[in-house]
Amino acid sequence: MPLLVVDRLSKSFGAHRVLNSISLSVDSGDVTCIVGPSGSGKSTLLRCLNRLEVPTDGVVYLDGEPVGLRWRNGKLYEMRPAELAFQRQSMGMVFQGFHLFPHKTALENIIEAPIIVKKKSRAEAIGEARILLEKVGLAEKADAYPHQLSGGQQQRVAIARSLAIKPKLMMFDEPTSALDPELVGEVLGVMRQLAEEGMTMLVVTHEMSFAREVCDRVVFMDDGAIVEEGPPQEVLGRPQHARTRAFLARVLAPG
Amino acid sequence: MRSEADRPSPAIDRSAPIPKPIPLPHPSWWIGGAVIVLLAVLFTWTLVTNRNMKWDIALSYFFNWEILAGLGRTLVLTFLAMIVGLTLGIVIAIMRLSRNPVFQGVSWAWVWFFRGVPPLVQLVFWYNLALLFPRISLGVPFAPPLMSWDTNDLITPFSAAILGLSLTESGYAAEMIRAGIQAVSAGQSEAAASLGMTRGQALRRIIMPQALRILIPPIGNDTISMLKFTSLVSVLALPDLMYSAQMIYSRTYQTIPLLLVVTVWYLVLATILTGLEQLVERRFSYGARAAGIASRSPWRLALFGWLDRKAAS
Repeated sequence: MPLLVVDRLSKSFGAHRVLNSISLSVDSGDVTCIVGPSGSGKSTLLRCLNRLEVPTDGVVYLDGEPVGLRWRNGKLYEMRPAELAFQRQSMGMVFQGFHLFPHKTALENIIEAPIIVKKKSRAEAIGEARILLEKVGLAEKADAYPHQLSGGQQQRVAIARSLAIKPKLMMFDEPTSALDPELVGEVLGVMRQLAEEGMTMLVVTHEMSFAREVCDRVVFMDDGAIVEEGPPQEVLGRPQHARTRAFLARVLAPG
Repeated sequence: MRSEADRPSPAIDRSAPIPKPIPLPHPSWWIGGAVIVLLAVLFTWTLVTNRNMKWDIALSYFFNWEILAGLGRTLVLTFLAMIVGLTLGIVIAIMRLSRNPVFQGVSWAWVWFFRGVPPLVQLVFWYNLALLFPRISLGVPFAPPLMSWDTNDLITPFSAAILGLSLTESGYAAEMIRAGIQAVSAGQSEAAASLGMTRGQALRRIIMPQALRILIPPIGNDTISMLKFTSLVSVLALPDLMYSAQMIYSRTYQTIPLLLVVTVWYLVLATILTGLEQLVERRFSYGARAAGIASRSPWRLALFGWLDRKAAS
């Protein structure tokens, strides 16, 4: 039984169809990378999974339960916002722009959801947050505000913040695209470590080396649809479709 | 064009001291500055020496108990009207940002009405509410009322003043707070949502603290405006600072000295409020002190320099 199943998901903004009947499944413990040219709908797909965008059509299942929806008497009903919020606790999300809370320190960013959402005691939340900061290599930055941290450090705090709600699935939306080149490695390092620990991950990325080395599966998207998917050595090494080959030739081109 | 005085540059000599350029003279600054300083001195001189100002009489009324009582009422009115107005403003702002078209419409109309009707008209209107609704009742519509009051018992000059001033403020505050909420990036709401926070939790914990920080200067501005708007309550014969002075000079005919007392008191209060605003702004500037980037203003340095030193030690 896969952890995440996406069933014929479509999304339109007005007349513009961004996602066209996407079907996908992610097994527990797997790392799936979504690659493709800009504007191919990768980020929109991720945002539809936890309903930051409401899909126009199709259903997302997490652990067999529809996300944001509920079956009753053979009909699908929209959930109340509080129920959706509860489901989102199982799906952590890391954004391209970090989106740390600027009025809170690194530690306060991490303990916010455990205290407010999970109703943990402050002491317990702080204890867990310190372990997470240690894990992302920022134990000594607990009391720093986001603006005092580099982009790479901010993104690592953002990863720790998402992990603090103990999600079953971690989604990364181009986590290194906003970083200076020399800071990319530290964020990918944390993600690599998470993958080794068995976290189920769905990663939208332009980092082909990460996709090749860490991912169990690569999904290539173009123009709102999945063109091909499979193990990285297949999709990235012996692409079957002309569009995949053209994309790879562009991103892997020297210089 | 080169005149005789122009010489070609000397050869670059790296062993000589670094040459210092002579700054460009700005004669217009000096002339303009001198004229303005002269005018300011003349103006101050006329104020100080004009016998009609009667500074001695003004001074004798400065701590008059009637004036001080009026000052107290002005302060109470200002703060009550601001607290009620801002609270209403937050509710109206959130309604305007709601996706419910009824909420949007009602809050739009609220802002349109209370920003559009002059506070003076409102004050008189609220004071005369009894002419429109002789009794005010609470209960289920179309059923006998659970509670009922005589409107004249409820509407005193004070309650009419609070109603008129706070409702006007709520219209301005709503627009200001809406802008503040919208100035917090959408990414913040999304990050909060992705952590499983409900919309209410995100507003309370993430969005509003950041919006309020942006809103401190305009709230300070509105508070100072409100301080002055309260002088309108003299039409309700409510003895605030202004009306207390009016009552005194209608007895003593010392119009100018008492207006001077009022002017100085309003300026003193506005100065204190300005200082308070800067203190609050500083408290809310997260991490600014840690990073040493707290905004420095001459005001703050003068008024709160001791606080800086205390914080530093």
